[in-house]
Amino acid sequence: MNAYVSIWRLRFINGMQYRAAAAAGIATQLFFGFIFIMIFAAFYRFSDSAAPMSLHEVVTYVWLQQIFLSFIMLWFRDNEIFALITGGGIAYELCRPAELYPFWYSKLLAQRVSSAVLRCFPILAVVFVLPEPYRMGIPPSFGALLLFIASLLLGLLVIVAISMLIYISVFWTMSPTGSLLMVSVAGEFLAGAVVPVPLMPEWMQRITYALPFRWTTDFPFRVYSGHIPQHEALWGILIQLLWLAALIVIGRLLMKRALRNVVVQGG
Amino acid sequence: MGLYFKYLSIHFRSQLQYRASFLLLSAGQFFIPFAVFGGLYFMFERFGGLPGWNFYEAALCFAVIHMSFSLSECFARGFDAFSSLVAGGDFDRLLVRPRSTVVQVLGSKFEFTRVGRLLQSLIVLVWALMNLPQVWTLPKMSLLLLMVVNGVLIFTGIFMLAATFCFWTIQAIEVANIFTDGGREMAQYPLNIYEKWVTRFFTFIIPFGCVSYLPLMYLLDKKEGSPLLWLTPMAGALFVLPCLLVWSFGVRHYRSTGS
Repeated sequence: MNAYVSIWRLRFINGMQYRAAAAAGIATQLFFGFIFIMIFAAFYRFSDSAAPMSLHEVVTYVWLQQIFLSFIMLWFRDNEIFALITGGGIAYELCRPAELYPFWYSKLLAQRVSSAVLRCFPILAVVFVLPEPYRMGIPPSFGALLLFIASLLLGLLVIVAISMLIYISVFWTMSPTGSLLMVSVAGEFLAGAVVPVPLMPEWMQRITYALPFRWTTDFPFRVYSGHIPQHEALWGILIQLLWLAALIVIGRLLMKRALRNVVVQGG
Repeated sequence: MGLYFKYLSIHFRSQLQYRASFLLLSAGQFFIPFAVFGGLYFMFERFGGLPGWNFYEAALCFAVIHMSFSLSECFARGFDAFSSLVAGGDFDRLLVRPRSTVVQVLGSKFEFTRVGRLLQSLIVLVWALMNLPQVWTLPKMSLLLLMVVNGVLIFTGIFMLAATFCFWTIQAIEVANIFTDGGREMAQYPLNIYEKWVTRFFTFIIPFGCVSYLPLMYLLDKKEGSPLLWLTPMAGALFVLPCLLVWSFGVRHYRSTGS
């Protein structure tokens, strides 16, 4: 267990070095946040009768998305592992006295957390003092805040488990692009990254409810704004736990199979 | 110019050598904007419209911007990926050749897989046009072409500006994404829905509004539209000129990274 904690720490410190990139990212995310909110606001001006979510909740949703962008993206600064698999470096990884699945898992987790930590505080400082209608809301109660934090962390674990499946699939396809790109785009869409899930049409919502993607970010963000009431949120957290367990079990099984017939390329 | 087409054909043939990967990537590029277009579609389905714009009009706006973006990503990729040229010291080789640096950088890389993205926006364009009969006249169609061409010029100009910064920073600067990706996301909706400062910035400084929103007013017979708006897409060509100047200024101040 200690080995995995220390690889997590190493990666976290490593990720914290990219401060210039983070500063640029903050500017970009603030800009995108503004643009998205203006688009939503324009739609709400046209008609707000049909919306199952108030504009205020949408604004909070958009800012949370921008702050925790690294918790949404399935595709995340990670060419290293791809290179390990396709380039043959996997041989070294297999020599380590540590299991590969938790090893990579903690690596990926650290990348996402460090990116979020670097970016979230400056953005938070800005979005709470913006003039209306751009100001981010606060959770309706202390309980909602606690549930939000719990579900956000679980969501993070879920998304890392999903992205592990993407890496493992590279053992078979050997090419990380093309089809995988499509999976990640579809996954982000189903997580509500383009249109918040409650604003999707009925049939689309049903699809998203059946898949794990929306539990990564859509669910915690709506717990935050109180759009999902607290007793429902508790059930949601249970479902998150189930998804997490299922994804990790599948991931480990697939990885075991992949490693049994792994071919090390090159030398 | 002949040199440019030579580069083009060499890159095209070399990328076609990996046929399966080329097709897969193109297919991927075909589906990516579906998510974005799906977002637009779902929003219109939920809310019914934007102030002053219906779905097909907005889709036309979307198609024009995405076509421009995919074309410039295909042909001006050399500037987009320029930081690798500078960081590796390979730019020195370009400088000693007796040809213009702009042509050579443009020719250093092409992304033909963007054809998938182009195809998708073409489909959206045709779909939107089928439902907008008022655009079906020869002058209006040629104006549409002009809009796309000048849109390509704007994106290319931004790529060039970002590349010029690499002379000083060596690394690619991420802030440029605000103007390329951000500009695309923003300009795919009609500009009048934004706050004044955004609209002004993207009309007078970076003229996205001049290739989409303003000429669209005329194309779609909106009441503010007038044939004078024919001239606005030319702002794209105007935008590239200072970018070229900045570029040549940057080239003169280039100091090699060595290696």
